[in-house]
Amino acid sequence: MTAPVDATSHLINLRTVSKEYAMGDNRIRALDDVSLTIARGEFVSVMGPSGSGKSTLMNIIGCLDTPSAGSYRLDGQDVGRLGRDELARIRNRTIGFVFQGFNLLARTSALENVALPLLYSGSRAEERYSRAREALATVGLADREHHHPNQLSGGQQQRVTIARAIVNQAPVILADEPTGNLDSATGIEIMNLFVRLNREAGITVIVVTHEREIAQYGRRLIKFRDGRIVSDAELAP
Amino acid sequence: MISPASTLTIALRALRANKMRSSLTMLGIIIGVAAVIAMLSIGAAARQRIADEINSMGSNLLIVFSGSTSSGGARMGTGTDPTISLEDVEAMLRECPSVLDAAPMHSGSAQIVYGNRNWSTGIIGTTASVLHINAWEMLHGRAFTPQDERYSAKVCLLGMTVADELFGAIDPVGRIVRIKHVPFRVLGVLKPKGQSMTGQDQDDVVYVPITTAQRKLFGGTLPGMVRFVMVKATGLHALDQAEQEIVALLRHRHRIGPGQTDDFTVRNLTQMMQIAITLANIMTILLGAIASISLLVGGIGIMNIMLVSVTERTREIGIRIAVGAKTWDIRLQFIMEAMTLSLIGGLIGIVLGQAGSIGLCMAAGLPVHVSAAGIALSFGFSAAVGIFFGYYPAHKASLLNPIDALRYE
Ligand SMILES: Nc1ncnc2c1ncn2[C@@H]1O[C@H](COP(=O)(O)OP(=O)(O)O)[C@@H](O)[C@H]1O
Ligand SMILES: [Mg+2]
Repeated sequence: MTAPVDATSHLINLRTVSKEYAMGDNRIRALDDVSLTIARGEFVSVMGPSGSGKSTLMNIIGCLDTPSAGSYRLDGQDVGRLGRDELARIRNRTIGFVFQGFNLLARTSALENVALPLLYSGSRAEERYSRAREALATVGLADREHHHPNQLSGGQQQRVTIARAIVNQAPVILADEPTGNLDSATGIEIMNLFVRLNREAGITVIVVTHEREIAQYGRRLIKFRDGRIVSDAELAP
Repeated sequence: MISPASTLTIALRALRANKMRSSLTMLGIIIGVAAVIAMLSIGAAARQRIADEINSMGSNLLIVFSGSTSSGGARMGTGTDPTISLEDVEAMLRECPSVLDAAPMHSGSAQIVYGNRNWSTGIIGTTASVLHINAWEMLHGRAFTPQDERYSAKVCLLGMTVADELFGAIDPVGRIVRIKHVPFRVLGVLKPKGQSMTGQDQDDVVYVPITTAQRKLFGGTLPGMVRFVMVKATGLHALDQAEQEIVALLRHRHRIGPGQTDDFTVRNLTQMMQIAITLANIMTILLGAIASISLLVGGIGIMNIMLVSVTERTREIGIRIAVGAKTWDIRLQFIMEAMTLSLIGGLIGIVLGQAGSIGLCMAAGLPVHVSAAGIALSFGFSAAVGIFFGYYPAHKASLLNPIDALRYE
């Protein structure tokens, strides 16, 4: 049932990763002994009921959080040993996030929003804006660069987020319920954009969803329940 | 690492997004800095004024008062009869080698009348030496001669204020005025000297020869005696020497035995000025300290607003951290915001404080004083206020957990 992996090209490698949260006297085990490898260029869908630990998994893969136990290697590097700023650097260079709630800066143009990661990698202004324009063109929003988030539709906002995720040429896009706030037609547009980025740019895409139709866009499906992987299989194209 | 220019851009944009709040926060700093600047420069002006006065009086002056001093150093009450005679003054000039010049001073007040105009003013009986000692100059006419003094001539010198009040545009030299119904010829008018440190008009005065004052105007007191003597020593270093010589001379002439207290008091003007300067300094420090409190309150205002701002912008901070902002990127962003507030506030405060102090100094007749050091200090101080009060909120922002921050409503 496990997906075929090429040991040399493991981009993401989790070994017996657990994550516990303390809730008063209780301890919640959001991730329970999860082992998982994802190779460069994969398109993985993660499905599971609410509270099953999908977001927790994404946060750990995205270096926003660190495991309570187990090890996580990203591109050969042991992430568990890294400090706050080193994790920030990895998020900046390696990970592109797409959130359900978009998470764009308000009162800030699409262009500035897309250029944000480049600001923190120290690029000069001209380079930031030329690359942000390219990224906006890739997601089909070349004509909206001066619009603020509240002047854009949900689908357009999500495409701005995707442009922000690819602007620094990060090899991984992590999308946590990217279509959750969108109507189904717009959701399909967004998923097609991921498919295109995965096929044409070779970007590794991991999408969390609880909708079967959305999960179908991936080529590998991981099912989650109670912090554990219950199935992991290739999907027919 | 993000560049300082970009950080400044972000800070300015954030401050512009909340114009009202930013201006009100700045107002605290503006008031604080303006108050500090105003207090410091007014203090500096007062000190400058005292120093100028010392220099203009000549720093090698002594004053010998009739009568002994009370323990506090103040002269005894006016009931005391003068104990220094004109002969004492002549003896000082003759026998004290460290005394360059001495002017006996005997003062009272009276009405002075010219035609149908009259004016109440201070009358000082003295000699022409008072002009040399104080480096006063005549504007019109001439000073007394020794003959005027010897023969108690009914002549007088007018201060500018008195000349203006009695004569207006008319040239007073050679005209006859009446003091206590006695006719006096005006010999000359003194150059205006302006206000004294205590705010008195030093030009509202009339000088007459000492003997004239004693015999024709203020005969009530013991004849031939004076209230005080202004003494100029031969140099700054001769001041103590001159004082000793005068004390020895007067004790001898007044037959004061060992152990008995002097019936006169010698005061060193420089010492008196030093005391005044010390008082001015203490006032400056006190006022400056009070003003600094308002700057402190302004700083706390900045801290308060920055804390509110960090809370409000939790989500923004989360987004920035998620896409790769490092601890110092976030910290600098908020410190820069606080510093921008305090520096712009500081600059406006400096301008207002300086303008205010110039206005106040001009109104109070003090020399206008612009202290570059004070401005630099306030500028540095407002930057420091921004950093100090911005640091904690900035630090708090930089340590936010990105997951919680992104979920923050
Ligand atoms: N910061 C947290 N503190 C405490 N419990 C948490 C926290 N984050 C997540 N959890 C818990 O961990 C479990 C998994 O949550 P999550 O990964 O968000 O699930 P999903 O994304 O699959 O809905 C849930 O029971 C949730 O309540
Ligand atoms: Mg979730």
